[in-house]
Formats: sequence, C-alpha cells, structure tokens
Amino acid sequence: MDISWDLLINAITAGLLLGGFYAAVTAGVSISFGMLDIVNIAHPAFIILGSYIAYFFNINFGIDPIIVSIVALPAFYALGALVYQVYYVSFEKRGQESLRGLAFFFGLLFVTEVGLILVFGVDYRYVEAAYIGPSIHLGLIELPLRMLVPCVVALAMFAALQLFVTRTFLGRAIMAVSQDQLALQLMAADPIRIKRIAFGLSIATASIAGALLIIIQPIEPSVGRDYIGRVFAICVLGGLGSMPGTLIAAFLLGVVESLTSTFYGPSWSPAVAFGFLLLTLAFRPAGLLGR
Amino acid sequence: MNAAKFALIAFFVGLLVLAFAHWLKIDYFFFAGYTILQFTVLATAWNILGGYCGYVNFGSAAFFALGAYSSVFMHKVYPLPVPALMLVGAVVSGIVGFGMGYLTLRLRGAFFAIATLALAVVLQTLVVNWDFVGGSRGAYIIRPETIDIGSLQVNYIEYLFVLMLVLAAIVLTTARTIERSQLGFGFATIRDDEMAAEASGVPTLRLKLIATTLSGAFMGMAGAPFPYYIGYLQPSSAFGLEYAVNSIAMPMIGGTTTWIGPLIGSLLLGTAQQYTTAYISLGTGVNVLIVGVILIVFVIIAPNGLVGLVQEWLRKRRKS
Repeated sequence: MDISWDLLINAITAGLLLGGFYAAVTAGVSISFGMLDIVNIAHPAFIILGSYIAYFFNINFGIDPIIVSIVALPAFYALGALVYQVYYVSFEKRGQESLRGLAFFFGLLFVTEVGLILVFGVDYRYVEAAYIGPSIHLGLIELPLRMLVPCVVALAMFAALQLFVTRTFLGRAIMAVSQDQLALQLMAADPIRIKRIAFGLSIATASIAGALLIIIQPIEPSVGRDYIGRVFAICVLGGLGSMPGTLIAAFLLGVVESLTSTFYGPSWSPAVAFGFLLLTLAFRPAGLLGR
Repeated sequence: MNAAKFALIAFFVGLLVLAFAHWLKIDYFFFAGYTILQFTVLATAWNILGGYCGYVNFGSAAFFALGAYSSVFMHKVYPLPVPALMLVGAVVSGIVGFGMGYLTLRLRGAFFAIATLALAVVLQTLVVNWDFVGGSRGAYIIRPETIDIGSLQVNYIEYLFVLMLVLAAIVLTTARTIERSQLGFGFATIRDDEMAAEASGVPTLRLKLIATTLSGAFMGMAGAPFPYYIGYLQPSSAFGLEYAVNSIAMPMIGGTTTWIGPLIGSLLLGTAQQYTTAYISLGTGVNVLIVGVILIVFVIIAPNGLVGLVQEWLRKRRKS
C-alpha cells in the first residue's frame, strides 16, 4: 500500500495532541457521569459557555483565554454546585432522575445553546493569542502550538484532578460516594455535600476545556453537540469513573479521528466517536479499565 | 371503550377538524395544521418509549430525518405516492430503532439516551456526505399544486394535511390501545422498576425492543411527507433542533403516562409556536428557547405535566 509515512506520522502526532485535549473535555463527564451517576448531557454546552467567556474577555480586553478560564473557575464551580442543588432537590430526592433528570439536562443544553445563539449569533468566533499560528518542527514532525499548548494545559489539569481524587481527603470522599453512598451516610458523612462539590468541580473543568476548545478551532454555539458523542464515547470506552482509562480512551479516539480525517476527509470524523461508542456498548460495556 | 370505538371517534374528530378547516377556507390553516399534527405524531411516538417505558430518546430528529430522507431517496429512484413513502419511512426508521435498541438497551437506561443523542449527529454526517440525496446543499422536490383522488381534485397541502390527520389518529389509537393492553402493563413495569419486572419474568428486552421499533417507525412516518411539504430539504432543517426538543417537551408538559398528555402538549405548544412565528414573528431561536425554558420549569414543578396537575386538583376537590 502506498502510504506517505510523513503524513501518517503527522496524523498520529496530531491525533495524540487532539487526544490530550479530549481528555480535558471528558474529565468533567468522567466525574459527573462516571463517579456520581449523573448523566449530564449538558456538559458540552457548559464547555461552549466557557469558550464564549474566554472569547468575550479576549476580544474586549485582550486577556489570554487560558488565564480567563482559570479566573472563571470559581464562577463555574458555583454554577455547577447550583445546578446540582436544583437537580438533587427536584429529581434525585424524589427518585425521578432517570426520565425527568435527563429531560432537565436536555433543557439546560438547549437553553444554553440557544441563549448563546441569541447573544453571539451563529458566526464562527475565534480568539487571538501569541501561540496561535507558529509551529515547532522536530524533523518530520510538525507540532502546531495551537494544538500543543491546549494539550499540555489539558494534561496538567487532568493530572491535577487525578492527584486530587486519589490523594486528598475530599477526593477520596468523592470516590467513596461513587462506590457506596449508603455506607458513606453510615459513616456520618453528608453524601449530598460531597456530590455537590464533585459536580461543581466537574463543571469547573468545562471552563478550562472551553478555553482550550476555542484556541484549537473557531466555534459557534452548536459545536457543542459534536462533542456529546465524543465525550460519552471516551467516557464509556475508558470505563466509567476510571480517570486513567479516560485518558487512554481520549488518546485512542484522538488518533483514530485524526487518521480518519487525514485519509477520508474531516467531514467523517464525527461518525468515528459514534462507532466507538456503539462498538464499546456492544462488546465491552465495562470499558477498557472498567470496574 | 375499546380500541375500535376509539379509532372511530378519532376518525370522526378528524373529519370534524377537516370540515372546520374547509369552512374556514384559509390555506394557511392547512400549512400550520400540518406542522402541529406532525408534532402530535412525534410527541405520541416519543411517549410510547419515553413515557410508557421510561427510556429517553433524544434522537427524534434523527428518526424524523430518516423518514424524510428515505422519501428523497425513493423520489430519485422510484417515485411512489406519499402514503407508500410513509410506509417506507416507517420500515427504515423502525429498523434503525430496533438496531439502536438491540445494541444499547441491554445496559442501563442512560446509555440508550446517549446513543440516541449521538445518532442524530452521525446520521447528519452521513447525509451531509451523501451527494445522492443532496448532501449539504439539500434536495429539491417539486410539490404538485393539486392531486387527483378519484374524480376529485385536491389541493396538495390539504392532501398532506389529511394524511397527517389520519396518521395522528392511527398513532393515538395505537398509543391508547398499548396503554390498556398487557403490552402497556409490561412497559409500565419497566418504567417503575425494571429489576423487579425482570425478576417477575417480564421479558423486558423484548418489550423494550417493541417500543423502540414502534416509536422509531412512527417518527419515520411523520417525516416521510416532510420533503413534499417544504419542497426543499436541507440536512439542517430535517435534523432541526425543534424536532428533538419539541418531541420531548410536548409529552413532558402534557403528561407522560397517558395518550392524552402528548396530544394536549403538542396542540398547546404547537399552536403557540405557530402563533408566535406567524403573528409576532419570533425567530425559531426564541421559540426553541421558550420551549426549553418551559420544559425545565415543568419537569421541576409539575413532574406529571398538565394531566398530573388536573388529576391532583380533582383529587383534592373530591377530598374536601
């Protein structure tokens, strides 16, 4: 077969960079869906919200999008805690989370998306920063900084989350909630409080992921929907609630998507995630590193 | 009241609506009425799976578009009359519904919901890349002005309206029949406690597959006449936001446990949306936003929809 090695290596590199970014996008869902069992399908909408906040401050005040997203973390955390509180009082407490809880998040997804359309319009928006444009060359390999910087930031965030979950008291409490909520209650801990913190954290990751997204590609409000399939495919493929599994799955999906768009055209790449999702659900629903 | 009687009544009500429309002599009524009835079909079809079994389908737009695009495909390959196209759409969407259900329904409920959400994105990708049915540019279907039925010459929009009216009557009758049959009781056990149902010997997987197939098929039927209705079918209009959000919001607002809930929800929301677009010319964006907000408010404060509110009110009145 006649494959250009040059192209192949670069496609794989681009895929790995993309995968690092996907890990950041999925981290939040890995917490909410994987650990807390909250099917937050509105997560990509929160990511797009993060992108627009980064865009707004970048264009009007010239602040770096990543710095904006870090400053916005507490606001996103508070938003997440609020959403969880509403979700808990309205659905989880009454045991109606399966049907109405999903509809609730679906409504949030739409309201956020359409709200952004009404405010910013459907034009593609992008940010300006020094690292958008230039690339580093390593022999055959080309590393565009607009992919490399998000990948590094994403991996740093992912590592911080993993350390938090495994090494700190609060992080372990979150793991405990995901394993056995009743047992935690018997230990006189308040699972609702811990879940609120964890959900706030998961939404907070959307702030950073959103800033990274708008660095990588120009966005418009409905871009979020392309990420729903990806995010859940990665989360399920990695194994629910497993952070290392999520990371591996993110890299895998990034590489396969990159290869697909290099050799078959970018318009096919949304279908890849879906294929992954269906295959995983059909053959190994527990995921790669599932419990 | 048995199913046959109900079907007869539904048919009769349909005739009344038609007679009323004729008496009004406004062509716009058929245009608007078609859209509202289309939502009635979508909402009721969604409710067969969502309301009766408790499995959320976010991909209504995908099933609807499958029906619409199978019509476009048939139009290019071998033109058929619209009722036949509706059957084709039903078969295609039903098969996809079955396949999706088979792959994801053996797992927890959330996986099915996520898969349907992704299905819409993927099918849209396929359609955009498939030039035969128009690709991203869309496909034109010239709608005839009139159609001859026997010796009668009928306005084409009115013809489509009547077809949708008949379909709505069929879907409502089916939903009501299911609700009162053993099948419906099986669905309700799945909704209330799937584990317990399974333990008591309810064939849950088979029942769920029946529900997804049926629900998908009806959505496909609703989509099949759509290209003839709008004349120019684009991926973005066939997979439009309004189908996904409305087909969930309408049953949720009306009430999900009975057939009348989606009917009330679709008539109310459908009419309201027609009104806001036609008279105060709100864009689709604001419309969808309003529907989304109403959906959130209703799932939080009125979990059983309008039907639930009325039932509660009646119960309170009886007590006092």
